[in-house]
Amino acid sequence: MVEGLEFSLLVGISVGLSAGYLGSIMVLEKMALVGDALSHVALPGLALGILFNFPPLLGGFAFLFASSIIIWEVGKATRLSFETIVGAVFTLSLAIGVLMIEDLEVLGEALFGSIANVTLADAVTGVVIAIAAVYLTRIIYNKVVLSMISEELAISEGVNVGRVNLLFLLLISLVVAIGIKITGTLLVGFLVVVPAAAAKNLSANLRRYSILSSLFGAVSALVGILATGLVSYLEHPPPPGPLVVVAGVVLFAVTVVIRWKKRLSV
Amino acid sequence: MDSLNEYILQVSNLTIELPNQTVLDDVSFKLKTGTTLAIVGPNGAGKTMLFRALLSLIPFKGKIAWAPNVKIGYVPQYLSASDIPISVEEFLAFKIGSDMEGALSSVGLKSQEVLHKRLGALSGGQLRRVLIAWATIDKPNVLLFDEPTTGVDLDSEEAIYKMLNELEERYKITMMLISHDLHIIRDYSDYMLALNKCVTFFGESKRIMDLELQQMIYGEPVCTVPE
Repeated sequence: MVEGLEFSLLVGISVGLSAGYLGSIMVLEKMALVGDALSHVALPGLALGILFNFPPLLGGFAFLFASSIIIWEVGKATRLSFETIVGAVFTLSLAIGVLMIEDLEVLGEALFGSIANVTLADAVTGVVIAIAAVYLTRIIYNKVVLSMISEELAISEGVNVGRVNLLFLLLISLVVAIGIKITGTLLVGFLVVVPAAAAKNLSANLRRYSILSSLFGAVSALVGILATGLVSYLEHPPPPGPLVVVAGVVLFAVTVVIRWKKRLSV
Repeated sequence: MDSLNEYILQVSNLTIELPNQTVLDDVSFKLKTGTTLAIVGPNGAGKTMLFRALLSLIPFKGKIAWAPNVKIGYVPQYLSASDIPISVEEFLAFKIGSDMEGALSSVGLKSQEVLHKRLGALSGGQLRRVLIAWATIDKPNVLLFDEPTTGVDLDSEEAIYKMLNELEERYKITMMLISHDLHIIRDYSDYMLALNKCVTFFGESKRIMDLELQQMIYGEPVCTVPE
């Protein structure tokens, strides 16, 4: 068994749960690709942390949040879709990050995650950030959904759509940043997209949708990390990121089958 | 008498500009309290933009003066709800804390039939009624209604206008509605404001069946200044 696996599990479940919850909004906003690609933007920040010896998580978050704001502002100014802008920004970030991190082993961990060296402090940070992100998102959840249904209705009900969306981007950056350690920058976006997509297959109301999405995120992370721990005796054990993805995709496939069988009218 | 009691809304020299485009140019009109005003005009005439300005959703030049303490209800033309797993109950809960049944029955809907349905799965007529319940729940003095019968079949259309008439009389609501339907404009509104970036006609709605007037409203714009 890997030392500190319980800490990895704690971080993983926190990330899975919060990414699933916040991801349920991203998927509705048709910003699924943004959630996925956004995570790649963290790589140069991680690289700076590694190069200059400060917590890579901090660098990752700073890059994520700064990029969110840049993407947001460029989107408003040019009326290009978020997908288009993110498509340009994330490939550039990935390229810069790969050029900056020379050590291939470190690069592999940054891209695909690791359950080695997860400390109690990492676990506490993960849990606290996840709780805060879910709590704050819960407050703005209805406002974001109303602005999706009709921006005019939301504004006429006193919702400051710009401010609410900016806060949401900040929260999603935080959740993605804490997820990077476990699942890596390439794959953390998966937790934002697939649990929500699976939940949508089985939901006719928001409550069920958001709860299922959180649950699927947590279960994917839990199963993926446990599986990584179980095969850690191998000479070349797989990193946790891909196994979390496999667990989540199996869940998604099950929901597709259930929906297909029941032919839910949702 | 030109008092605020008589007029619930006075718009003077309203101009709305988007980058490289003037959407409304120097529009002025007054709306009498308790009446129904139909906003008519060809597509792209600035009708929805007028509503957006009246709700202070967009920047504008000129003056929009509502009577003091006016409460505005708004029913938009479209909702993007088809892809969102939200029930009617959850949608109404944004605004209505209690008595959803009462709110739904006031618009002729049975709560057990629609409350747990997905908003995006409602028929056009049901969705309009839910939106009217939303807009009228806090007893507005003014109701702004963008194309009341978009996506609604003919039978439901008539029923919706009858219901709006009842609401208007029961709550003494002043109503503004955007419509393309000439019969509806004639039968269910008192005055009409024809727009084509500027005001092309302002007067009694019964005149809408006048062919010359229709040509004026939907043809090449000839701006007028209402009395």
